[in-house]
Amino acid sequence: MKNLDPLKLYTDMLRIRFVEETISQEYSKQEMRCPVHLSIGQEAIPVGVSSRLTISDQIVSAHRSHAHYLAKGCDLKKMISELFGKVDGCCRGKGGSMHLFDLEGGQIAAVPIVGSSIPIGTGVALGLKRQKKPGIVVIYLGEGATEEGVFSESLDFAKLQNLPVLFVCENNLYSVYTPLGSRQDSKRSIIDIAKAHGISAISGDGNDVIEVQKLTSNAIIEINTHSTPFLLELSTYRWLEHCGPNFDDHLKYRQDGELSNWMERCPIKKLKLHLEKNHLINNRIENKIIEKIKLEISEAFEHARKSSFPDPTELFLHVYAPREIE
Amino acid sequence: MSRELSYTEAILEATDQALHEDSKVMLLGLGVPDPKGIFGTTLGLQEKYGEDRVFDTPTAENGVTGVAIGAALTGMRPIITHQRVEFSLLGIEQLINQAAKWFYMTGGKASVPLVVRSIIGRGWGQGPQHSQSLESWFAHVPGLKVIMPSNPYDAKGLLTAAVRDNNPVVMLEHRWLHNTFGPVPEGNYEIQIGKAKIAQKGDDITIVSYSYMMVEALRCASILAKCGINAEVIDLRSIRPLDESTILKSVSKTGRLLTIDNGWSKYGIGSEIVSLVAEKRLKFLKSPPIRVGPNDVPIPSTRALANLVYPSTYEILKSVEKSLGKELLGMNWDNLPKVEDTPDKTFQGPF
Repeated sequence: MKNLDPLKLYTDMLRIRFVEETISQEYSKQEMRCPVHLSIGQEAIPVGVSSRLTISDQIVSAHRSHAHYLAKGCDLKKMISELFGKVDGCCRGKGGSMHLFDLEGGQIAAVPIVGSSIPIGTGVALGLKRQKKPGIVVIYLGEGATEEGVFSESLDFAKLQNLPVLFVCENNLYSVYTPLGSRQDSKRSIIDIAKAHGISAISGDGNDVIEVQKLTSNAIIEINTHSTPFLLELSTYRWLEHCGPNFDDHLKYRQDGELSNWMERCPIKKLKLHLEKNHLINNRIENKIIEKIKLEISEAFEHARKSSFPDPTELFLHVYAPREIE
Repeated sequence: MSRELSYTEAILEATDQALHEDSKVMLLGLGVPDPKGIFGTTLGLQEKYGEDRVFDTPTAENGVTGVAIGAALTGMRPIITHQRVEFSLLGIEQLINQAAKWFYMTGGKASVPLVVRSIIGRGWGQGPQHSQSLESWFAHVPGLKVIMPSNPYDAKGLLTAAVRDNNPVVMLEHRWLHNTFGPVPEGNYEIQIGKAKIAQKGDDITIVSYSYMMVEALRCASILAKCGINAEVIDLRSIRPLDESTILKSVSKTGRLLTIDNGWSKYGIGSEIVSLVAEKRLKFLKSPPIRVGPNDVPIPSTRALANLVYPSTYEILKSVEKSLGKELLGMNWDNLPKVEDTPDKTFQGPF
């Protein structure tokens, strides 16, 4: 949550990286039997954005939601239990990796149908505004989602109603295996699409967490002072396969050297250089951070392993909400 | 309760009272505040409750459905409108994938209280994309509720219940019912979603219908009465949840079943009811159940063909004869009411 300490940014990114790596390593044990879309290589955007958010701000995510969820401060144990299909998962095992959600943490929705989260997030902002509740809504979307018609529909609605929405487009160049060039004309500009709807927009380096943080700060000021939505387009890159725990460069759908170039631009490595240059980190500090993160992760996995599966009677629970929910 | 209202006035009054009762209720849709006000069902509400609660939307059904879901997640209770059910199909992804599953896939932690009002057209050349009755699409999906009131009293009571419900509810209104009149109490009241009504008691045959086809069903029942046949007519009111016990109880008594669908019979509501009865009351049946519904074709525009699509009084009565296995005594087959391409003489078009 809200912080300006670069060491905290480093810790948050490292934590997400280790969680995702642990999922990747443990996946072959076949305890986590649900599709996973890992965020390795894309940690800077959610960490940079969330570092400027407060507890009353809400985020909405899509299929690749682990990093968004964790960066916002949502519960790790509930996430891992959900991946294990256990009853104490964030959705009682009924959602899986693609529906991570935590009302206390502020991830109000995550849905994997590309683009569908965008109007839902817009509606969350409408609800907040109508009820005069504090907070903005961050809608994370991939560049693939900008190809869905509902992206434009939501931009229009958000601007028309002047809603407190920050659209954060994570442009990682691929929709599953299909590269950007096969999906969008080279002259098509996501920024310009936003501007055509009257929404201010700016692009930036999504692997530079400090830059993401600054851009987010400015965007939130704009949203709050002019009560208007804003769009950020941030470039980044997915290291692993679209869905699953592995590298898949052998499939040759990416150009030779593309992955290694982006791995050179690792957001965590980049921040570490900055920290070292400013004498904000040393081996002792880093080891302490790593030790703490690894303990938390192993506890979460152990917890998930020990937790129970839902009882068979759960199958028929929650199809319909009763009149009184609380 | 002597006061009579039209079906549209009943909807307007239910919406007005819902907006008055709960500040979380909001009404949005293309044309909600326009001079026609969704066939009169939303007239004057923006003036009364303001633009924050009653408002027009872009022509973007998919986006608007998603927006309503998002607002519902924050505690609002949106009602969205579609001037024909066909337009709602642009938002079907949001309704089926998102709204219908939200309570389940969040393990009961968050629900989507949402009402989607859609209108079914018929006649006056409205043709293939303005005349479909798609209730079985929606009814197929666990997590959705589907209501199809057949008269003004039910329209007000069911809509009131729908707005107070914590689930997504699809309300399908037949355009030909909009100008029908009936008694409606002034105060607000609910009709339980999932409970059918026995519109007429009888022992000889069970006729199950809903929405506009209830007009036909009751017309046929009164003709049958003159022939000494007492039909039990069940108005489903709700398509999902389906009131199985009322249907089964009636068929146990009459031993005969005729369903009259608004939408196509194949894969339709009648099919579901016949399956239910076959599974649970087969031994009670004295003759095979019969499904009647629109012919299995897209709805053409020209009245020369469109009039042939819908079940006529003649076809329904002939089906009753078949079910009873005997001729209807004293029936004047040449003198049956003929429904053309308008609901009644007052209807002057265009839709």
